[in-house]
Amino acid sequence: MYVYADNAATTKMSPTAIQAMTDAIEQYWGNPSSLHTTGQTAKEALEAARAEIAQLLGAESPREIYFTSGGSEADNQAILSAAQFGARKGKKHIISTKFEHHAVLHTLQKLQKQGYEVELLDVHETGIVTPEQVKNALRPDTALVTVMYANNEIGTVQPIREIGAVCREAGVLFHTDAVQAVCHIPVSVREDNIDMLSLSAHKFHGPKGIGVLYARKGILLRNLIEGGAQERGKRAGTENMPAILSMAVAMREEMAQMDAVTAKLTTMRDRLIEGLTKIPHSRLNGDRNQRVPATVNFCFEGIEGEALLLMLDAEGIQASSGSACTSGSLDPSHVLLALGLPHEVAHGSLRLSIDAETTDDEITHILTVVPRVVSYLRNMSPVWEALENGEKEHLI
Amino acid sequence: MALYSEKVMDHFKNPRNVGKMENADGVGEVGNAKCGDIMKMYLKIEDGVIVDAKFNTFGCGSAIATSSMATEMIIGKTVDEALTLSNKAVVEALDGLPANKIHCSVLAEEAVKAAIKDYYDKNGIAYDRELFCDGNCAHCHAHDDE
Ligand SMILES: Cc1ncc(COP(=O)(O)O)c(C=O)c1O
Repeated sequence: MYVYADNAATTKMSPTAIQAMTDAIEQYWGNPSSLHTTGQTAKEALEAARAEIAQLLGAESPREIYFTSGGSEADNQAILSAAQFGARKGKKHIISTKFEHHAVLHTLQKLQKQGYEVELLDVHETGIVTPEQVKNALRPDTALVTVMYANNEIGTVQPIREIGAVCREAGVLFHTDAVQAVCHIPVSVREDNIDMLSLSAHKFHGPKGIGVLYARKGILLRNLIEGGAQERGKRAGTENMPAILSMAVAMREEMAQMDAVTAKLTTMRDRLIEGLTKIPHSRLNGDRNQRVPATVNFCFEGIEGEALLLMLDAEGIQASSGSACTSGSLDPSHVLLALGLPHEVAHGSLRLSIDAETTDDEITHILTVVPRVVSYLRNMSPVWEALENGEKEHLI
Repeated sequence: MALYSEKVMDHFKNPRNVGKMENADGVGEVGNAKCGDIMKMYLKIEDGVIVDAKFNTFGCGSAIATSSMATEMIIGKTVDEALTLSNKAVVEALDGLPANKIHCSVLAEEAVKAAIKDYYDKNGIAYDRELFCDGNCAHCHAHDDE
């Protein structure tokens, strides 16, 4: 059996999204900036996609939608724009959280080096930041609050609407990295009090290398890429038409079936949680209920995540981990450490992220194989041995 | 999957000499759970020859594969020969490792040495302390930069 359970990393494009892409290549190959018919035909399709996305996100106007190369670029542009805007008024304090995606964290680090003061809020054992924390951290010189909608590693959902309300009341710009939320849970920039939002098409069965920065009317964006007048002068470069048109189609399709898919995924996800919790000395990372329907993250004491992934891959199960060996550094994932997990425990993590194509049989397969592989690896682990014979104390 | 060579995957999926050993003549443990890898090596030594070796490893795929390969390479060797086992030789025997995994092979070399040191200590055999792991895993991980 072959199970793809790494949809938080990326998804397979849907047939309709692929069709939209090939249609675009054939029919809308003109340059939207050209004045002739071929160019204007492409321009119309481009603007129709923009209008559709604006409507699906609850934006006031298509002019608030800027196409980018993906979530990372949108995060970078949103944060750097808000920082520059704030600095002009002498505001150089930025509030975020400890477990943001690196597209956010590394941008904030860059700003820190330039003299901004960055405050990263605690996310507790639950993996959730509260509106009160944001409220307490706000200062007269706060330029921006940026809090992700749903965490990519553990799947916990943040109280974005309430945080947005706190920021609105204080008159502080609010950005959210909604890459893992859009098309997975209901998101509306209007209802959620969002000023800026990042999304990425490849997380909802659309193409890779395309995303959106939503910026509410009146927000001044700063260019990352200089050149032509595309995207109202805020993002130069001839538009990636096939990807943009495909993204719009994928978004419409995913949102239309979200309720039905959520019901199905939630049942399967809960089976995963129930089954994996039965493994001794395991733990679910992040709040049990306030999470996206598709993602679970577990730690298994006494084993290392990369070995677990390779074993699972050999059994046809493809997942991911936040172990140091998979992060490319000496430290395990900053997300798991932000939850307060000790390094030893964080090394043994497993993220499973399913999608609408996942079947009950596949869940059964996961629940059969994971416990077997965990106990196989534990049997060869000197750490597990020490835990079991009492030389070391179990941490979970 | 092309992340690792076939040899690495073979030794990872079918590790040789995995397990504990009762009445080992030398036992060595190196690494640190905080850093994500620990290797424990057991040696049976008769007349200065390693007649059996076993290992237990907490770590990634390459940590398990290098432990397995290292045991294969030292069984039948004299203790002196085993002391000359280098991490490079283990890596070559595995048809290579990705650059960021070289530290795993250093750990395997250190695990063999730690077990031999334990054997020396138990038997009152004199040795050069310089040859052995000082317990600081940053030293092994520092090899990453190579
Ligand atoms: C939360 C989050 N933000 C940002 C990104 C980056 O998106 P992209 O790959 O489109 O640059 C990702 C995906 O990797 C993500 O999960």
